[in-house]
Amino acid sequence: MTHLPAILPVTLLIGALLSLLAGLWRPRAGHFVAVAASAVAAAAALLAVAAVLRHGEIRYAMGNWPPPLGIEYVLDTLSAYLIAIITVIGLLVMIYAGRSLTLEVPRRKVFVSPAMLMLLAGLVGMTVTADAFNLYVFLEIASLAAYALLSVGDRPAPLAALRYLIIGSVAGSFYLLGVGFLYFATGTLNMADLAARLPELYHTRAVIAGAVLIIAGLGLKMALFPLHLWLPDVYTFGASSVTGLIAPLMTKVAAYALIRLVIGVFSPAFFTETLPFAPVIAWMAAGGIVFGSAMAVAQTDVRRMLAYSSVSQIAFIALGLGLANKLALIGGLLHILNHAVMKACLFLAVGGVRARTGLVDVRRWRGLGWRAPWTMAAFTVAALAMIGVPPTAGFFSKWYLLLGSVAAGAWVFVVVIVASSVLTAIYFFKVIELVYDDPPGKDKGEQAPGPEPEVLAAGDPPASMLLPILALAVLVLLAGVFNAWIVTHLLEPAVRPLAS
Amino acid sequence: MDAVLSLRPLLAILVSLGAAVLIIACGRRPNLREGWTLLASLLKFGLVASMVPWVLQGRSVEWALPALAPGVALALRVDAAGLLFALSASFLWILTSFYSIGYMRGAHERHQTRFFALLALCLSATMGIAFAANLLTFFLFYEILSFATYFLVVHKGTAKAISSGRKYLAFALLGGLSLLVAVVWTAVLQQGAIDFRPGGFLDAAIGRGTLQALFALFALGFGVKAGVMPLHSWLPAAMVAPTPVSALLHAVAVVKAGVFGFVRLIGFIFGPELLHQTGLFIILAWTAGATIVLASLLAMRQDDLKARLAYSTVGHLSYIVLATALLTPTALLGGAFHIVTHAAMKITLFFCAGAIYVHTGLTRVSQLDGLGRRMPVTMGAFAIGAIGLAGIPGTAGFVSKLLIARGTLEAGQPVFLGILLLSGLLNAGYLFPVVTRAFFRDGPAAGGKGCDEASWLMVGALVVTGGLSLLLGLYPDGLFHFFSVAGRAAGAIVAGGAP
Repeated sequence: MTHLPAILPVTLLIGALLSLLAGLWRPRAGHFVAVAASAVAAAAALLAVAAVLRHGEIRYAMGNWPPPLGIEYVLDTLSAYLIAIITVIGLLVMIYAGRSLTLEVPRRKVFVSPAMLMLLAGLVGMTVTADAFNLYVFLEIASLAAYALLSVGDRPAPLAALRYLIIGSVAGSFYLLGVGFLYFATGTLNMADLAARLPELYHTRAVIAGAVLIIAGLGLKMALFPLHLWLPDVYTFGASSVTGLIAPLMTKVAAYALIRLVIGVFSPAFFTETLPFAPVIAWMAAGGIVFGSAMAVAQTDVRRMLAYSSVSQIAFIALGLGLANKLALIGGLLHILNHAVMKACLFLAVGGVRARTGLVDVRRWRGLGWRAPWTMAAFTVAALAMIGVPPTAGFFSKWYLLLGSVAAGAWVFVVVIVASSVLTAIYFFKVIELVYDDPPGKDKGEQAPGPEPEVLAAGDPPASMLLPILALAVLVLLAGVFNAWIVTHLLEPAVRPLAS
Repeated sequence: MDAVLSLRPLLAILVSLGAAVLIIACGRRPNLREGWTLLASLLKFGLVASMVPWVLQGRSVEWALPALAPGVALALRVDAAGLLFALSASFLWILTSFYSIGYMRGAHERHQTRFFALLALCLSATMGIAFAANLLTFFLFYEILSFATYFLVVHKGTAKAISSGRKYLAFALLGGLSLLVAVVWTAVLQQGAIDFRPGGFLDAAIGRGTLQALFALFALGFGVKAGVMPLHSWLPAAMVAPTPVSALLHAVAVVKAGVFGFVRLIGFIFGPELLHQTGLFIILAWTAGATIVLASLLAMRQDDLKARLAYSTVGHLSYIVLATALLTPTALLGGAFHIVTHAAMKITLFFCAGAIYVHTGLTRVSQLDGLGRRMPVTMGAFAIGAIGLAGIPGTAGFVSKLLIARGTLEAGQPVFLGILLLSGLLNAGYLFPVVTRAFFRDGPAAGGKGCDEASWLMVGALVVTGGLSLLLGLYPDGLFHFFSVAGRAAGAIVAGGAP
């Protein structure tokens, strides 16, 4: 139990290696190993949540080197919460990927599942580490895996991935440079140690420069508007399983790292008073929420629509941070879970439609709801959650964010959240009304276009793809209904440093 | 107030939710599927009706579930007002279930599984609204109802259905988000204490300006569903839905949810005293008064029978809003009772319109000449509903209208009495021509075969609702103690508001 913090990333790393070796021997074996490894990780993560709830936080000194010199891993309620999200979604996508990759990119499948495990390992490592430099290492592991993964897909994918690589490397360097400044000023890399030494140095230029660089780097990684430019293309052209894994998780973990550093390393006071970045982030978030939603309305390629929707949804998390009060940050943290589940469900459902019809242009989806009923039912549930219809998950993150905004007297953000709900409803109902449109046909005197031939021949995807989609749709509902438990047990301890 | 802990309110909500699942599971076997609908509707009504004795003893029925959000529980409490709403909706669901089977099969509608499942889901949400003990629970079910209804509005899948669906959705979103902001704001002001309380729970110390803004947001949220002008235009558009939806949801469940929202707003959130202080009720009363007259005038111009009935609904919903806004005991009683009587009368008229459409394909008033000879029972029921809505003594409409009229005098607002009398005339003006055309004119609709009615499932349902609207007029308390429950509901608001 005490080794859990280390077991989690190590399982995934070793799994990646084994999966590659097994895959070179037999492609099916490679994927089987990948599913097994992610299942073990998911089980360990749920165990970690239980352990943290029962015994409090678990600290682990890597290689028995005592911190602050050695690298320390920490499982507290927040990191356990995030790791559970990462690994459970990772497992579901991994199961889905078996058939999906075979259908979309059959020749690269052997390399994709190990890379997906590497990505998960990187994300889990970023979450669990309590060392600012070690965080960079895992950030790069995750990013390198993501660059490789995203270059697999449609024809423009390699180019989009190259652009992502360049911007991502710049972001990584910003972060590294920022950590360098902090190390230079304090002589330590351990987060708890940094937090103890920083307050007296708050006004030094090195610390301020370091903080700005870290925020800029992670802001780029989490695609916070207007630093989001890399995102739409890579989410559009990647393989379904890959975007289904990266879109829900990657930007969220960057957001988590930012929240962690701002609250755990710098104090909220530093962030709101010494270097008043909080309002800046809140306004950037507001811009992102409106811009992302508005752009999503204009899209016809469903994947690009979801990509822009991600730009707006990630901004909800940033808004929670920017408002810097308890309720709003709870909303932001809850949105990490909610958006991960909703977006994974949506991307996988789109992948399911692609698998059966090859259609990604929503204008050609007419009548799909009657031919692929389960896939589209899951899509609709996730879409309603994105709009924020209770009792789905999406409603409750908006509820807390609205509470936080009203409590802070920030009515602008209330308007922004409401406006985004309207825009989200527009772009999702454009799809929903089309897929459930089943015109009676010309013989009944109605002159309306009928379904496309591909749609008429469509059906739900095979079970190994459909079940993860349905599981995610159920999770969308469960995360909503049980949000109070999550908030009281996992999130409230994490936001205690903040003012209410 | 004495409270009974009981699972029944929760079961009343869950029974149709479970039925929705079974309906989908049995989609390939229509008879079994419809069996679930009928069983669920009977069970639901039984559960609701079984709580009447408790409420009449002055006790409330409660059940709290785990927290919906920290500090706010998913709590159910059945009081007289909620019970009244639930009782009328669940009783009429039984009749609508029979009617729908005849209608959907007779009209050869497609996707019937989705239709019956969604209707069951809507009834679950309606019970949730009726029984919600706090604002968040209320909002949760309110939104479920909004979005589930959308899929019923677009049911036909025609271009007209889709564009009506958009209109419906735009208004539903407007209302829903406005309500959401109001709920959030209230939660912040009250620090999470948002349980409904007779006489209101808001603190007068909040300040006049804030209270007015809050009231406006709430009124916008409920006004959309209650069809208060100028927020009404989705309702005539939504008539494109299959007639059972227009009958049960757009004359009873959905629109009354909005009206019921006003009852909660005025009686249980703000409370009469606070409203008097802020002077807001008079604006609401005038808006409702204007809606009553304008809607009746607009109804006269409609040739489409369902559209005419829809405008009539808009007008009658505002009767209840007006009565609630007047805040006198008699007016509140009349308003509460009008929830029931209007439901019975209007559902009869919609049932008739649907039966006519399925059996003859006619949808316009001008086509109905002579139909009384062919479908005497249907048109007879229509006549009963029509004289009831006009408020002729001996019918249900007379009782509730008389009480509201007395309430206007109690409140010292005789202008509204004038509006009510004018509206009664206008009601007769737009409904009686339908009856006279059918019975006293000769036309192609008479057919040549003599008496020839629609399916017995539909005729049976509309005869029962027609009979109900007579019965409620002659013996207001004769059935399920509707009148006594309405009296208790009104009494709770007035008593709670007294210092």
